Amino acid sequence: MMNTTEVGAAPKAPPVKVEERLFQNRYLVDAGRPHIKIKPHAEPSKALMALTHLCPAGCYSLNDKGQVEAVVDGCVECGTCRVLTAKTGEVEWNYPRGGFGVLFKFG
Amino acid sequence: MIEEKFDAIVVGAGPSGNAAAYTMAKEGLKVLQLERGEYPGSKNVQGAILYADALEKIIPDFREDAPLERHVIEQRLWTMDDTSYVGMHYRSDDFNEERPNRYTIIRAQFDKWFSGKVREAGVVLLCETTVTELLRDTQGRVIGVRTDREGGTAFADVVILGEGVNGLVGQRSGLRPELKPETVALAVKEMHFLPREVIESRFNLKGNEGAVIEAMGTITDGMTGTGFIYTNQESISIGIGCIVSDFAESGRTPYGLLEAFKRHPSVRPLLEGSECKEYAAHLIPEGGYNAMPELFGDGWIVVGDAGQFVNAVHREGSNLAMTTGRVAGETVVWLKRRREVASKANLAEYQRRLEATFVMKDLKKYRRIPDFLHRNKQFFGVYPKLLSAAAQTWFRVDGVDKRAKEKQIFQSFREGRTLPGLIGDALKLARSWR
Ligand SMILES: Cc1cc2nc3c(=O)[nH]c(=O)nc-3n(C[C@H](O)[C@H](O)[C@H](O)COP(=O)(O)OP(=O)(O)OC[C@H]3O[C@@H](n4cnc5c(N)ncnc54)[C@H](O)[C@@H]3O)c2cc1C
Ligand code: SF4
Repeated sequence: MMNTTEVGAAPKAPPVKVEERLFQNRYLVDAGRPHIKIKPHAEPSKALMALTHLCPAGCYSLNDKGQVEAVVDGCVECGTCRVLTAKTGEVEWNYPRGGFGVLFKFG
Repeated sequence: MIEEKFDAIVVGAGPSGNAAAYTMAKEGLKVLQLERGEYPGSKNVQGAILYADALEKIIPDFREDAPLERHVIEQRLWTMDDTSYVGMHYRSDDFNEERPNRYTIIRAQFDKWFSGKVREAGVVLLCETTVTELLRDTQGRVIGVRTDREGGTAFADVVILGEGVNGLVGQRSGLRPELKPETVALAVKEMHFLPREVIESRFNLKGNEGAVIEAMGTITDGMTGTGFIYTNQESISIGIGCIVSDFAESGRTPYGLLEAFKRHPSVRPLLEGSECKEYAAHLIPEGGYNAMPELFGDGWIVVGDAGQFVNAVHREGSNLAMTTGRVAGETVVWLKRRREVASKANLAEYQRRLEATFVMKDLKKYRRIPDFLHRNKQFFGVYPKLLSAAAQTWFRVDGVDKRAKEKQIFQSFREGRTLPGLIGDALKLARSWR
C-alpha cells in the first residue's frame, strides 16, 4: 500500500518503514469511499510534494508521471495534509463517515 | 434525527466537550453530544499527562474510579545533542500525596471513563456521528447541526464546539480562520509495553509512582519541537512533535524522527525489549493567544483545542480544554437560569469568565513565545550542542586546569553564537517570557 522510507535519516539509522508501525493499528476502512482525494494536477505544488515525506502514515507517494497520489487506508486523521495544502486547495479532505477510519485503543 | 429540541448540542467527546456536556447536564439541562468516533477517545491522542486540578473542579472524586496510570513524582527536562543530554530533574516525595497533582493517563481509556460520567449525568450521546455543518436561522443565528446520519439534523438553543484542533465544522462555517502550518505542530507517538517491574526499576519508581521526561535539542534536527517519554503502569508513551512548516521544509519524516529519538543512546535503554502496540499522530495548536479565534457568536461557543487553548511551553492542553468546557457550560446554565437567549452579546459572559482564570492569564503571558521559538531555532540546535559540550569539558578530568576549562567553555559559546548573539538571545527570551 505505502512505500515511504526515510529520506535524510540520521546516519546510523536504517531506513524506517512506516507500514510496520501502521500494522499495529486498528482501522475500519470505508471501502471504496476514501475520505481524502487529491485533485487532478499536472505538476504537484511544493506543499503537495512535501506530503510525500510529511504524512505520518506515508499515504502520499510520487507516481512515475511525476504526480502525487494518495492511498489513505492507513490514514490516522491528523489533518496535516489538509492544513499544508489549504492555500493551494489540492487536497479534498473530509472526516471518514461516522465510526469509520482509525480506532485508537490507547491514543 | 431527533425531533425534540435541546438546551445545548455539544460537538465532540474529548475533554472539552465532555466537561461542557457534564457541567450542563448536572444542572438539569437537556444536552445532546455528538462524536464521530466509534467510542469517545477512539480518535484522540495525548502524551498524556492529566492535571488533577482542572478535572477536580468538574468531578471532585474522580480518583475513585478514573483510569489513572501513575502519579508523577519526577519531572525530567532534557536538553539533548546526538550523544548526550544535560538534564534538570526534579523528584520529590511531596508528590506522594493523598491527592496527587499530575497523573499519566491513556487517553482512549480516560475519554471512555469521562464519557461514562457524562452519560450518567443525563447527556444523550450519539457516537459514530460526524457533524457536517451548522444550521442557522434567517438572521444567521446558529440553531442546530447537520450530521452524516440519515435525516441527521438536531436543534438546540446553543451549540458548543469541542471538535478539537482539526475542527472542520467551525472552519467551514467561517467561525474561525484556517490553521497555519507555522503555528500548528504535528506529533507522532508510540505505545511501548513492558512489565511494570521493568519500568519501575528503569525509572527508579515504586508502586504507582511515575516519571516523565520532556526533551529538546538535536532530536528535532533544527526544527522547533520537543520530545516526550512518559511512564504508564505497563507501558511507556514516547513521542516527538515539530511545527508543520518546519517539517515541510526539512524533508524529514515524522516516523524517521521518532525512530532516531528512540535510538538515542540515552533513550534506547529505557525502551529495550519493549513491544510497540500502537502508532498515532495528531496535531497540536501552538499559536497561543495571538492565534486565538473568536470564541463565541450568536448561538455558538468554541472550547478546547478548536479555540487554540494550548500552552505549548508547559505542555498543557487537556486542562485548558476541560476548563474552557466547564466555563462554557456554566455560562449556558447561567443564561438559562436568567431566561436569557444565547445571543452573541449574552455569550460574551463566557469570555469574561475565562479572563478571570489561569487559561487566559497564561496564554496572554506567553503570547510572544510561539513566534519567538519559531524564529529562534538556535534554542533547538546550537544551544543544546553548546550546553552538552560545556558539560563534557567541565566534567572530564584530563589534566587541563579549571580556569582553562572555563575559558574554553566561554570561548565555545562565543564562537557558536557570537557575543552580541548571546546577549540578544537572552534579552529576547526575557522579553518574550515576561
Ligand atoms: C502528542 C500529544 C501530546 C499531548 N500531551 C498533553 C499532555 O501531556 N497534557 C495535556 O494536558 N495536553 C496534552 N496534549 C494536548 C491535549 O491532547 C489537547 O489539548 C486536548 O485533547 C484537547 O481537547 P479537546 O476536547 O479540545 O479536543 P480533542 O481531544 O481533540 O477532542 C475532539 C473530539 O471531537 C470529535 N470530533 C471532531 N470533529 C467532529 C465532528 N465534526 N463531529 C463529531 N465529532 C467530532 C473528535 O473525534 C474528538 O473526540 C497533547 C496533545 C498531543 C497531540
Ligand atoms: S490526515 Fe494525516 S495521516 Fe491522513 S493522509 Fe493526511 S497527513 Fe496523512
